[in-house]
Amino acid sequence: MLTKRIIACLDVTAGRVVKGVQFEQLRDAGDPAELAAAHSQAGADEVVLLDISATHEKRATLADTVRRTARQLFIPFTVGGGIRSLDDAICVFEAGADKISINSAALADPSLITRIAERYGSQAVIVAIDAKHINGEACFEAYVSGGRNATGRDAVAWAREAEERGAGEILLTSMDRDGTGIGFDCELTRACSEALHIPVIASGGGGDTQSFVDVFQRGKADAALAASIFHFGLHSLADLKRELRSAGIPVRWPC
Amino acid sequence: MIAVIDYRAGNLTSVKKALDHLGADAVVSRNPNVIVQADKIVLPGVGHFSATAILEQTGLRTAILRRIEQRVPFLGICVGMQWMFESSTEAPGTEGLGLFAGACGRFPESVKSPHVGWNSLVCDNGSRLLRGIPSGSFVYFTHSYSAPVVNATVARCDYGGEFSAAVEQDNLFGVQFHPEKSGDLGLKLLKNFCSL
Repeated sequence: MLTKRIIACLDVTAGRVVKGVQFEQLRDAGDPAELAAAHSQAGADEVVLLDISATHEKRATLADTVRRTARQLFIPFTVGGGIRSLDDAICVFEAGADKISINSAALADPSLITRIAERYGSQAVIVAIDAKHINGEACFEAYVSGGRNATGRDAVAWAREAEERGAGEILLTSMDRDGTGIGFDCELTRACSEALHIPVIASGGGGDTQSFVDVFQRGKADAALAASIFHFGLHSLADLKRELRSAGIPVRWPC
Repeated sequence: MIAVIDYRAGNLTSVKKALDHLGADAVVSRNPNVIVQADKIVLPGVGHFSATAILEQTGLRTAILRRIEQRVPFLGICVGMQWMFESSTEAPGTEGLGLFAGACGRFPESVKSPHVGWNSLVCDNGSRLLRGIPSGSFVYFTHSYSAPVVNATVARCDYGGEFSAAVEQDNLFGVQFHPEKSGDLGLKLLKNFCSL
């Protein structure tokens, strides 16, 4: 049967994986190619490389980083962060990405989803949505620019539009839960998953094994993003999959 | 030399990369003259069934059929495997190679589409392509259309019903999943193909 995916995410800037400490302080944490391969060996079902570079200069190394990482990775490989145009996407695909993830640029110009999907297929286009609970209501608003700007768009309605325009998957991050480790937002994930016909990847709030069990069972997620190894040690990634299996969640095992 | 056919659809680098990793002599080409000299042929594919129409227009279809008749091993991946069947409801006007009977069709409404992720195989014993890959192995799929189970089916997968995950007959091989993205087991499959 189709298994639930655990996706490892690496934040990179200037060709290095970084770990955020107290918001802005970034600490060097290693080589993306080596860490991606280590995650694959530890049992990650996919790897996402997220470029969090604040400046154009730091982003210039992205294609080279993608090329080096892709060379030794034989599981699906997604690249996101700062992809603003079809040309940006082409550059990342040619460097070896299997899928790209777009967020702010898709909201600014939704036709970008269709243009990339027509060239590379829908399976290669992930639309990332950062969503926040609207106070006192059972609905969620989409935010852009790393969660800084509200869009006034209902997150689930936007996800539905993204699907119609050719997105192959939705990467849904709960801003309320992100970085807390208290569990995924199952309400948000379920609302999105039930409204769509394409897979939904839950992100934000993942912590203990039970939080993953919950997002797969109650949240109806198709996959869950495990924020970088710094929240998730390599050994605990393998343990997580073993424990999910014991809890009756179908996962790829042995890897 | 293994020719990886470039038909300007989707991403070919991952198949080439996996073959390079295995030490195979792989060349990405859209030139029919290269294809007719190849010892083995791989037709990768992600994207739309209609993208295979270019194979007809560029003379690649003729070159591929000629090599297949000369019993050169041929491996179709994803849409490349679907193209080995007669047709697909994804592109009713586009003719497949017709090496296997039947048409590819869409998944039922009861399941999400595309079918994305790692799913398990039910394998037949005796497949040369799947040597060392037992039933229950997980491989990576991403597709919205699938091929029916036929006599040549050597691995089945279930998603809203059974479909062909792998086909094999004489020098013809096809896989619906992506061996180049299926970790060590996928590399093993490609290695089996390279050593035929």
